[in-house]
Amino acid sequence: MSRGGKTIRVDYLARVEGEGGIYIKLKGDQVQDVRLKIFEPPRLFEAFLRGRHCSEVPDITARICGICPVAYQMSAVHAVERALGIEIDPAVRLLRRLFYCGEWIESHSLHIFMLHAPDFLGYPDAIQMARDHRGVVEQGLRLKKTGNRIVTLMGGREIHPISAAVGGFHKVPSKTGLRSLVEDLKWALDASLSTVRLVAGFEFPDFEQDYEFVALSHPDEYPFNEGALVSNRGLSIDAVQYEEHFMEQHVKYSNALHSCLRERGSYLVGPLARFNLNFSRLPEIAQQAARDCGLAPPCRNPFRSIVVRAVELVFACHEALCVIAEYEPPPAPRVEMPGRAGVGSAATEAPRGLLYHRYEIDERGIILLAKIVPPTSQNQKRIEDDLRHFVPGLMTRPAEEITLRCEQAVRNYDPCISCATHFLRLKIDRE
Amino acid sequence: MGGKPRIAVFKFASCDGCQLSLLDAEDELLGVAEAVDIVYFPEASRTMLKGPYDIVLVEGSITTLHDAERIQQVRRQCRTLITIGACATAGGIQALRNWKDVDEFVRVVYATPQFISTLKMSTPITEHVQVDFELRGCPINKRQLIELITATLAGRKPNIPAYSVCLECKRRGTVCVVVARGVACLGPVTQAGCAALCPSFDRGCYGCYGPMESPNTGSLTNQFRILGQSNRQISQSFRSYNAWAWQFRKASEECERE
Repeated sequence: MSRGGKTIRVDYLARVEGEGGIYIKLKGDQVQDVRLKIFEPPRLFEAFLRGRHCSEVPDITARICGICPVAYQMSAVHAVERALGIEIDPAVRLLRRLFYCGEWIESHSLHIFMLHAPDFLGYPDAIQMARDHRGVVEQGLRLKKTGNRIVTLMGGREIHPISAAVGGFHKVPSKTGLRSLVEDLKWALDASLSTVRLVAGFEFPDFEQDYEFVALSHPDEYPFNEGALVSNRGLSIDAVQYEEHFMEQHVKYSNALHSCLRERGSYLVGPLARFNLNFSRLPEIAQQAARDCGLAPPCRNPFRSIVVRAVELVFACHEALCVIAEYEPPPAPRVEMPGRAGVGSAATEAPRGLLYHRYEIDERGIILLAKIVPPTSQNQKRIEDDLRHFVPGLMTRPAEEITLRCEQAVRNYDPCISCATHFLRLKIDRE
Repeated sequence: MGGKPRIAVFKFASCDGCQLSLLDAEDELLGVAEAVDIVYFPEASRTMLKGPYDIVLVEGSITTLHDAERIQQVRRQCRTLITIGACATAGGIQALRNWKDVDEFVRVVYATPQFISTLKMSTPITEHVQVDFELRGCPINKRQLIELITATLAGRKPNIPAYSVCLECKRRGTVCVVVARGVACLGPVTQAGCAALCPSFDRGCYGCYGPMESPNTGSLTNQFRILGQSNRQISQSFRSYNAWAWQFRKASEECERE
């Protein structure tokens, strides 16, 4: 960072997934420009998906992100199933929730313990942090391993699992197989509760914003794969209507597109949005954990997202145990694909927020058009807005602290830059 | 240099999954971090120290001019350069652009294509600099990664077999999906490393670990035809995460010509 009252610059943002930087231009104490610069090279997924068979979509789109491949597989299979009019078996639906629990546990513990906690405890990384807080880091690693065990048992491996299929799974686990996870999950549930207490004790900057929160909302469940897309400002739509309400903007300094609400601009997706919009659908144990540490909706301090992630860990461990207790294998692992053309959209809740997919498929099952809007594209503009409002309050602090705090403000969003940069199809020019 | 070996992790065009494998080695991570100094690993740490490095792990393929220059700098700073994963060793899924007009790709998906600078091809690291070892997989196997780091530090040859997935299937006692159910499977031409996951999940191998040592792709192509696959289907089977690996590339191009 070169300060001199002019610019704050972080050339390579650490402890986020992918390649990005921050650039903030100041004039006196006024913030003139804020840019979350993304130089992650584009990989052109939507372009090369055209011409592939729709059965390949879950495997191919998983490769957008090594941290949340399950999210890509889930949004992909639901969108293709909607295009083809496939109804999945209730047991498959349940298994998909369990699959997602595994990914949330893995991804949230990675972010809480390895990427975000070092900011609060004052270390450059979790390995340095382990020298003074070995127990904390070991607990984080074991929690992460528990999440990965679910994904591995159901999908063969933790990164780019191979079982997800349009219509269901290639192979479903046995009841005995799932029961082997129970002991670990019971430990993980306790560990999650202690994680909530641990991170709730961190010091949080006094910073709140008036966000528009956007998340899925289901009448009976905390959302994973299903629900209406809602916001705290009255949005309530089906995924089919997503592109009527949201649009992407292409800015010169970033290889990722900025998503915004057509009427109202930036918005926030992810744990804070889910928590604020779905608190009553959390199981009592997670609600109580939140209340005990003074966390209640609406939470508008983005730095507290680490506590919300921990509450979601409690939820995911609890939910995984419920699914395993209830599970009876489906009569067939998957429904066969009918040969018909169609267009389908779906949104699911990736660990870091809403993930939207749309596919147009011909009668042979070939993809004609693909559109993917990852959570980090949606949060990008909001991250810049946070920095714009956060930086003026820091001006009296030493340069190193300002830089660190700005990085922390970005890490609040658990941004996944590899996801955000894969070229989204744009429609905004005719606006 | 004295002290512990210095390790760095550099990323190019990729999904981050292969470097995440290091963090996914939950039981080994703190042990590894005691044996070596991880001095440059932006995904995990704010500390980013300059070279020289003893071992550099490179994830991702080269898709921009800037990255083509950056990999040269990385090579100059390290003693041993190891590429990890299908992007780094074969160009990755993004190498599908290599058969297409990349400008059309960009126009189709971008409002202002002139903001974007990207190369026409996605290429593996070995097309740019000398590579000391290529660890295959999409994603890599974390056990193989730990073995490779350990072997490199000990100065011995890593125990990473180049035989086919078929051997792993036999070893775990999985019934052959091609023989028993007529499912198309790339196992006979794909390098081992995943423990033959897909056949154990009742589906054919789709080639995450790239071509095995001397694969007979022609024979497998004939077998796929017997199973009723079209040339287009066979060509696409070879064109996924390791599409640009020369043996798979040749096999897919032969199908396209027919």
